[in-house]
Amino acid sequence: MSDSHRDDAYWRRNLRLVAALLSIWFVVSFGCGILLVDLLNQVPLGGFKLGFWFAQQGAIYVFIALIFYYAHAMKKLDREFGVEEEEV
Amino acid sequence: MSLTALTYWVVGATFTLYIGIAIWARAGSTKEFYVAGGGVPPIANGMATAADWMSAASFIGMAGLIALSYGGYGGSVFLMGWTGGFVILALLLAPYLRKFGRFTVPEFIGDRFYSDAARIVAVVCLILCSVTYVIGQMKGIGVAFSRFLETDYQTGLFTGMVIVFFYAVLGGMKGITYTQIAQYCVLIMAYTIPAIFISLQLTGNPIPQLGLGSTLLGTDTYLLDRLDQVVTELGFVEYTTSIRGSTLNMVAFTASLMVGTAGLPHVIIRFFTVPRVQDARTSAGWALVFIAILYTTAPAVAAMARLNIVQTLVPAPGESLRIDERPAWFQNWEETGLLVIDDKNRDGAIQYSANPDTNELVKLDNDILVLANPEIAQLPNWVIALVAAGGLAAALSTAAGLLLAIASAISHDLLKSTFMPRITEKQELAASRGAMALAIIGAGYLGLHPPGFAAGTVALAFGLAASSLFPVLMMGIFSRRVTREGAIAGMVAGIGVTLFYVFQHKGIMFIPGTAFLGDTPENWFFGIEPNAFGIIGALLNFVVAIVVSRLSAPPPESVQQLVDNIRTPRGAQRGLVDH
Repeated sequence: MSDSHRDDAYWRRNLRLVAALLSIWFVVSFGCGILLVDLLNQVPLGGFKLGFWFAQQGAIYVFIALIFYYAHAMKKLDREFGVEEEEV
Repeated sequence: MSLTALTYWVVGATFTLYIGIAIWARAGSTKEFYVAGGGVPPIANGMATAADWMSAASFIGMAGLIALSYGGYGGSVFLMGWTGGFVILALLLAPYLRKFGRFTVPEFIGDRFYSDAARIVAVVCLILCSVTYVIGQMKGIGVAFSRFLETDYQTGLFTGMVIVFFYAVLGGMKGITYTQIAQYCVLIMAYTIPAIFISLQLTGNPIPQLGLGSTLLGTDTYLLDRLDQVVTELGFVEYTTSIRGSTLNMVAFTASLMVGTAGLPHVIIRFFTVPRVQDARTSAGWALVFIAILYTTAPAVAAMARLNIVQTLVPAPGESLRIDERPAWFQNWEETGLLVIDDKNRDGAIQYSANPDTNELVKLDNDILVLANPEIAQLPNWVIALVAAGGLAAALSTAAGLLLAIASAISHDLLKSTFMPRITEKQELAASRGAMALAIIGAGYLGLHPPGFAAGTVALAFGLAASSLFPVLMMGIFSRRVTREGAIAGMVAGIGVTLFYVFQHKGIMFIPGTAFLGDTPENWFFGIEPNAFGIIGALLNFVVAIVVSRLSAPPPESVQQLVDNIRTPRGAQRGLVDH
């Protein structure tokens, strides 16, 4: 596989991953926190209404997980395609 | 020791620490001045980014903004908007801009769009959003000093300027990075300690994030249910469902803050300081961890302080607080003008309700929730002193980051890259120090004579960053086809329409009386308020840039290679050369 083919395949995998993670990002914030908030508020989570909890806490926890997952998955992807950085 | 004396000691100790760091972390090269030498570990950079990011508005203002101005749930736009932006920053910008491996945001735009004109438009956009942002920080410094240290506003502002001058002019990004780490530690302690106590007192749970979902101590009633009940009894909207405007407005507001966060230059340049592309990815995660500690505590502080205030004013249903029985903290904050009561019916009690005709608590400033929290919870004086130091740390750290973004755009992008390319590295370092000194003096001047629009500035900064810089940065990475003509037209259209929309509702340059459309929901475009309009500007930026690019000649081969190069991490070490 030539360098440019390899880089294109790497980029397509990266785009797929970004699209998947940004879908989750959209669902937990705009989806659960705003668009579906009335529906989710019917569900109690301890003393929280679930939609309110997503808007004020839950979405933030998911955001953190998304970034660390992305960093982890990209590290693996970099190695798989041999485009990782030289060790410092 | 009196409270003021104690506050002087605590604030003095933190300032001594910052100056000590300044002397230790002097910058010896432009690379140290602009990107701290490029060797900041990802966790350390995450902490510095958190302090860089969380401003006086986050620390002092946000809890009150959520609980009072936005009625509870409506304030979620800030919580999701100001954190969700880090996801798009980490996934769409930070690793690639780190791979590009230079010093400033306009530098990327100038190189990627092979145009000095694009670079200069980017510098103008950067300066517009950073200057509007920094005015709020300078005001925050002056206000924090005058409230806690009982100096006048000017003395406070000058003291703050001298401190920033010390570490930002001497150390550049290197000095700023290490002071920001110290400032993060100060501000997060100052924020969480009172929150832990207030949560313990109300719910018995020491973790405020959990306390918010717990029952009130000694009862079976959930805290949020009680809060909903007491505010609706007073005629306010229900705390947990109070929507801001319309659903569309909430979506647009949240999206504007997210995209603005990812496009703010002083945040982006922090990711130029880590050694590797991989570190830029993880560092964004760490930044959000450190930010989330405050941002998930804030909604708990908001709800708990709101409940405390209502229960103080309305000791039992239908009863009102007697004016001569009001607690000491209440009187203390009346002196500052943040709390104002007016016994309209002269019955010696404070009637509190949502009805403006009979409500006697005529002013309840947003800032009071965080500032008065330690007194309401009856915490010792050292906690109050710590809150003062924390508020100052939040304002100073953000101001320094913004000033560096402004100074490096002037010395690196305008002088070195555009108008005086022949200057040596030593001369550029001197120029960057000069630009920093000028930026501090300029910001201080604006802090002393805040222009009429100062009140709305922080929100405006996000709209400007969202509509101008973020779209072209993203397209510069994700498209090989977007051209210099497209980028310039996109930035001008995006920032233009956002400014136009804000000015038509809030006045040209915010001068009262020059608004040609009233600032009321009927006049808003699909009910979107001016502060939420950045996302519309950003969408226009994308559309204009793509259409104009189609109509103009494709970028040269070298630019397409540059795009290919930044998309893979390999070779990042070679990327960051001293130049």
